[in-house]
Amino acid sequence: MKAAVIVFPGSNCDRDVAVSLEAVTGAKPLMAWHRDTELPRLDLIVVPGGFSYGDYLRSGAMAAHSPIMQEVKRRAEAGVHVLGICNGFQILTEAGLLPGVLMRNRGLKFCCKDVHLTVSRNDTAFASKYRKGQVIRIPIAHADGNFFASPDMLSRIEDEGQVAFRYCDEEGNLTDSANPNGSLNNIAGVYNMQGNVLGLMPHPERLAEAELGGTDGRPMFDSLLEALK
Amino acid sequence: MSQITPDVIKQHGLSESEYKLVLEIMGREPNLTELGIFSVMWSEHCSYKSSKKWLKTLPTKAPWVICGPGENAGVIDIGDGLACIFKMESHNHPSFIEPYQGAATGVGGILRDVFTMGARPVANMNALRFGSPDHAKTRHLVSGVVSGIGGYGNCVGVPTVGGECDFHAAYNGNILVNAMTVGLAPADRIFYSAAAGVGNPVVYVGSKTGRDGIHGATMASAEFNEDSEEKRPTVQVGDPFTEKLLIEACMELMATDVIVAIQDMGAAGLTSSSFEMASKGGLGIEMDLDKVPMREVGMSAYEIMLSESQERMLMVLKPGKEDIAKAIFDKWELDFAIVGVLTDTKHMVLKRHGEVVADLPIDPLALASPEYDRPWVEPKLAAPIDAKSVKAVAPLEALKKLLNTPDLCSKRWIYSQYDHMVMGDTVGRPGGDAGVVRVHGANKALAITTDCTPRYCQANPYEGGKQAVAEAWRNLTAVGARPLAVTDNLNFGNPEKPEIMGQIVKAIQGMGEACVALDFPVVSGNVSLYNETNGQAILPTPAIGAVGVIDQLDQRVGIAFEQAGEAVLVIGATAGHLGASIYAREIGGTEAGSAPVVDLAVERKNGDFVRALITSGRVTACHDVSGGGLLVSVAEMAMAGGLGVMLANEPTTLAEHAYWFGEDQARYVLAATTAEAAAILIEAAQAGIPAAMIGTTGGDALRLDAASIPLAELVDAHESWLPNFMSGPESN
Repeated sequence: MKAAVIVFPGSNCDRDVAVSLEAVTGAKPLMAWHRDTELPRLDLIVVPGGFSYGDYLRSGAMAAHSPIMQEVKRRAEAGVHVLGICNGFQILTEAGLLPGVLMRNRGLKFCCKDVHLTVSRNDTAFASKYRKGQVIRIPIAHADGNFFASPDMLSRIEDEGQVAFRYCDEEGNLTDSANPNGSLNNIAGVYNMQGNVLGLMPHPERLAEAELGGTDGRPMFDSLLEALK
Repeated sequence: MSQITPDVIKQHGLSESEYKLVLEIMGREPNLTELGIFSVMWSEHCSYKSSKKWLKTLPTKAPWVICGPGENAGVIDIGDGLACIFKMESHNHPSFIEPYQGAATGVGGILRDVFTMGARPVANMNALRFGSPDHAKTRHLVSGVVSGIGGYGNCVGVPTVGGECDFHAAYNGNILVNAMTVGLAPADRIFYSAAAGVGNPVVYVGSKTGRDGIHGATMASAEFNEDSEEKRPTVQVGDPFTEKLLIEACMELMATDVIVAIQDMGAAGLTSSSFEMASKGGLGIEMDLDKVPMREVGMSAYEIMLSESQERMLMVLKPGKEDIAKAIFDKWELDFAIVGVLTDTKHMVLKRHGEVVADLPIDPLALASPEYDRPWVEPKLAAPIDAKSVKAVAPLEALKKLLNTPDLCSKRWIYSQYDHMVMGDTVGRPGGDAGVVRVHGANKALAITTDCTPRYCQANPYEGGKQAVAEAWRNLTAVGARPLAVTDNLNFGNPEKPEIMGQIVKAIQGMGEACVALDFPVVSGNVSLYNETNGQAILPTPAIGAVGVIDQLDQRVGIAFEQAGEAVLVIGATAGHLGASIYAREIGGTEAGSAPVVDLAVERKNGDFVRALITSGRVTACHDVSGGGLLVSVAEMAMAGGLGVMLANEPTTLAEHAYWFGEDQARYVLAATTAEAAAILIEAAQAGIPAAMIGTTGGDALRLDAASIPLAELVDAHESWLPNFMSGPESN
């Protein structure tokens, strides 16, 4: 699996996800600069967390119009797998690669903690190593993770099975108190229609080794490795 | 007519005798720009003029100390060719006036102190003191400070891994915001600030200079009054995005070989950075202020030199290497300007619009700043109280109440607003005794803590100073770390009052004694004086930040009980000291009583014993006993692990409430298998260390003899105070 991590000015989880990728592939991913306009042949593009261009405008809004994102869009349309984590998810929605928007958390505060998620599907390149319905523990760290879509769009997302993960309690119940940010239908991550683009607010790279207190993030990288070799 | 009237001199915070010294040094009357430069260079904040005499008495050396106080931050050797660089600094006054920006720029400033020296910042901490929860401003200040710290630290992508926060009416008019940054660098690639090489270019990088923060250092060196809010324009505005770019650009530049010296522009901005670099190098600088990147038009030399705009650095480059450096700063879209040249004149010569606007001798300003031996009196020590005079309440009832108080409640509401996991190396999260971050790519870790118990310092500044150091050392020990060194942040009232000066002197003496006894040198620090409003001083608060090393990642423990059926031990003697305790204050309604005495030999002996148990893998959990006493520590371990505990009252002559809530020092609670526990008790007895088994883990309640309380009820009490308080109405 040949992977690239996009680096914007203000990205700050680029190294973290590179570490997780290297742990499964044994090779350092390509770190692609925001000004680049072309990428080499590759299987996976990761848009990492952080505060791209400071996010002083709406989170991800400026990055969506950066030179590299035009290339990421072309590649995504050509079927290359794209993973957006946290700010990466925000950027992918702003770029139109994923449906919905991420608004300010309903508590209006930045929130960093472990949350529980249910795995909605495991028939994708990102989630084959999870069981469908499995409850996993992954950290979040964001101020703008409140997933919103118009009623039409939301029912399409649900009908097409585009939901990747939902916030839940330890037992897997989709309760309101387990929803850390007010996301509609407890949505924590979504796929595009084709299933080759995934965006999620939680950080799988932060609990991908035992020393950090958990390994529930690791199967995502293992899944990608298996699917993309 | 002269611009320099007595009024102008007074506005610049210079005393008559200080101005006389200015005239002597200059040999003429200074102009306004020159006077402004004297004013900030000689402010308490920059010159340490009241505390210098006493700071010099602190121990600063050890075989592992690479660089002690005097540089931007302290540097210690942590083995494997790595250095740890760290410092703590206050941003108290700005945070009171404008809490979000004040706290945010406090974080930005301390980060720069650390990466200026070549270290990548790997962790932030903060020590916060707010006024009484009942005070009208407190909620607004907590809210602003916490979001400011988060807003800055989260964006730059450095995890905030812990800290402390307490409340007392003495901080109603002067909150304390002390921020600490810890970084890592190759031990042979440390960057210093001494300029060298006549003719070398002096380069300005980072953000543009604006009119913000002019006279911040002078403001930080005066008492507050009702008009202080009018000083809001002197608070700087932070831009964490630019700071992130500055970190990356500096790291990239530092990997090349073009820097001679580098210094961040902190308090007193371009003035103190240029003077410090020149003074340390024994050189002069000629600067053309027209070249300084400016955010606003029409800025005067005075404004340019005194601006405290954030995210700026000054450096001296090797000749002919300017293009290499410029290319890096261009890539990160930061300003880069050659603003001057090193000279051999030992003078600072400043030009604006082609004319010399200031010409100052460097050393007399930078080195001959006044040093005062301010008069001081022995502090009046609080008298001891008898534990029996403090109201006795059934222990579990008292426990539940204590866990729901401002100082002992869970601080989750605060640390969940800080990204404490970014960088992917946080192995010990907030809520334990110390934050623990793995050394990236290695099997070792740094343990980091901040500590101080101001109520002890108030009762007895000397014992309080000792205790702050000892508790920091204990916190590091409790996670299995070897404590290595200290940074201090001395927050006090007005040093011109002999009783305040007495607090400063005695606290420093206590700290120094503890640092010597525990081999725990002070490698960096900061002093914040004049923390008074309308003559009312804060509690003496010598905050200690400390760093230790965990040599093997698996040789560490947390506070959480992990396994049912394990023995719970207490190490150290319990004598039931209720003076100046949280129990006495919250349950007994009295702040009276003497501070607990710290026996440093016992502290060391108990700590070394506990650390050896942890590093040999014989205990499964450890927590030091501090504010709230033994029962609070045990409850915190049970809550952290979601596992109950059955305790039995020790056969003791002590009153029950004194036994469970006394704040005697040098104690730890451990959990271990029953077989291990039996062996540990024997070894402790042989070593002459008091140790006792007080209970067994298991169940979902905290039981004490026949009484019991569900863990869920304790968790609710512990977790609810701060969110409930913060959801109340905000008044400004």
